[in-house]
Amino acid sequence: MSTPLPQEAVPLHMTGDSTVHAAIRHVASRLAATVGVCIVIAAFLTAMRGASISVNLVYSLCIGVCCYSFIDGARFLSARWHWRHAPGSPEAKASWPGWVWMVSCVVLGTVCGYAVGTRLGDLITGMSSSMLFRYGWRPYAMTLAFSLLVAITCTYFFYARARIAAIHAKAEAAQRVVAQTQLKLLESQLEPHMLFNTLANLRVLIALDPPRAQAMLDRLIAFLRATLSASRGAGMHPLSAEFERTCDYLALMQVRMGERLTTQLELPDELAAQPVPPLLLQPLVENAIQHGLEPHRGGGRIHVVASREGNDLVLSVRDTGAGLDPRHRSQGTGFGTQQVRERLATVYGARASFTLEPAEGGGTRATLRLPLPQA
Amino acid sequence: MPETAAHAATALIAEDESLLAEALRAELLAQWPQLDVLAIAPDGDAALQQALALKPDVLFLDIRMPGRSGLEAAQAIVEDWPEDRPLPLIVYVTAYDQYALQAFETAAADYLLKPVQPQRLAATCRRLQATLAQRVSSPGPHGAALDDLLAPLRALLARPDPGGPVSHAPQGRLQVIQGGAGNTVHLVPVAQVIYFESADKYVRVVSQERELLIRQSMRDLIPQLDPTVFWQVHRGTVVRADAIETATRDDTGRITLKLRGRPEKLAVSRLYAHLFRAM
Repeated sequence: MSTPLPQEAVPLHMTGDSTVHAAIRHVASRLAATVGVCIVIAAFLTAMRGASISVNLVYSLCIGVCCYSFIDGARFLSARWHWRHAPGSPEAKASWPGWVWMVSCVVLGTVCGYAVGTRLGDLITGMSSSMLFRYGWRPYAMTLAFSLLVAITCTYFFYARARIAAIHAKAEAAQRVVAQTQLKLLESQLEPHMLFNTLANLRVLIALDPPRAQAMLDRLIAFLRATLSASRGAGMHPLSAEFERTCDYLALMQVRMGERLTTQLELPDELAAQPVPPLLLQPLVENAIQHGLEPHRGGGRIHVVASREGNDLVLSVRDTGAGLDPRHRSQGTGFGTQQVRERLATVYGARASFTLEPAEGGGTRATLRLPLPQA
Repeated sequence: MPETAAHAATALIAEDESLLAEALRAELLAQWPQLDVLAIAPDGDAALQQALALKPDVLFLDIRMPGRSGLEAAQAIVEDWPEDRPLPLIVYVTAYDQYALQAFETAAADYLLKPVQPQRLAATCRRLQATLAQRVSSPGPHGAALDDLLAPLRALLARPDPGGPVSHAPQGRLQVIQGGAGNTVHLVPVAQVIYFESADKYVRVVSQERELLIRQSMRDLIPQLDPTVFWQVHRGTVVRADAIETATRDDTGRITLKLRGRPEKLAVSRLYAHLFRAM
């Protein structure tokens, strides 16, 4: 899916499928609505004044279509002008040039449209509308005012319809972004490289060491179940469960990395029941392995500790790996850590924090600080 | 020492996960009993060392390894491979990397997906055997045959981030180099740089007046340079094309560059020799 262009910079008639086809479709639909209105007016006039329906229809259509062409043409041109001369101005945001300009367009368009339309009607019917002037300026002004009223109503209708369509498009785009983020989150947690390497190891172990393969499969099942339920936005779970899931992940990695990975997890009993959002630790542990230990030739150690500091629950993940890249800082701005920050902010607001820093003696330390519920 | 036609094919496996490496060795033994797997290298640097020491006919290279990636190891191996030996056939092994897979397809390089499927490995073995047999019947990696081997690797290396686990955001072109020397920071416009040379984790920036060290790897630097202005001629050397005066080929086929404004000469690796053909 292509990234939607920034809404601000695109004229309304170019959003969505910005093709000539779409523009033609828009014009055709407005023209059809105009023709419909003209037919209704002709019928109305026939009922009121009783003249021939075909004559009324010819005049009504000529004037209506001319008015539409002049108004929409003027609107398009003035929007274009704004777009070209002041691309940042609100008038340039859409093909809607603003009410002041639009009213001028409608008045001017109606006067011109009315003049040209009656001439056209005269040509077709062979009659002469200048007869109207024989009765003074009043009938003329009345017809013009009537045309103006119709033009304003129609313009407002088209305006409202375009606005609703734009709001719809915006809502749809927002929904797409949400869905994409969710998919990306799931993919970042179910990192395909990790998954297929794990499966490759499993495939080997099935022949080599069936009991160990079975144990590995059980870990994988628990890991997948936790990942899927967390991506569906499950509530909180006890810290002990979070440590178990982290343990599953580390056990899977240990089968793959062998002696290159040693792990140590410390969870004091009194903190085991503390509720935490699911899979909060896992992205940090995954980061430590992916960026810290996997690229490090000698491998290293991962140390996960939960502790209490005052009224805070402190979770820290420390690795002895490659360390933070001084230039990229990809660990601090990457999708995984950004997700951790966002989830903390959603659940705890400003009372939680997340830091990523070089650890003493090499490697990296990630620290989560969460408020403990007040006893 | 003449190579006999009967010599059994040899291979090197580079894979950091020992279970997978052993499994590949076992599967190869079953499918191609005559193939002698000389060693298993646990990372990219070991792969380079052992490949150059053992000179196998076939290399199975995992893409994501600690240290050098599989592609970086392949580049170094091809560049440092002795001139009088035919280049090894390279099979890349990867768990998942959609961009790499695309690259493998377009580069026509042979690759295996983990978990390795026996039928797929059998097909790869048949292809390798056919290529090796052809080599024995018409030895000498000359002309088109050599380029058939080098072109896929060149195509793979030309990807923005060959084999790395981190995908970088697209960067703008570098305009000015800022390099520290003592307490002073020297600013050198990129257009005045004659060549860049990698030195461990640093890059040496050489202009007519001075040399600077910058804390950046060659891999990170290259995407920030205009490839039409700066040519990579070796895994560790990028040179400004209009600073090259002559390219001279010696008896063994090695190309050296003579520069305008610098006395030193630069070596061109066989991977980039195609850049220096007379028009």
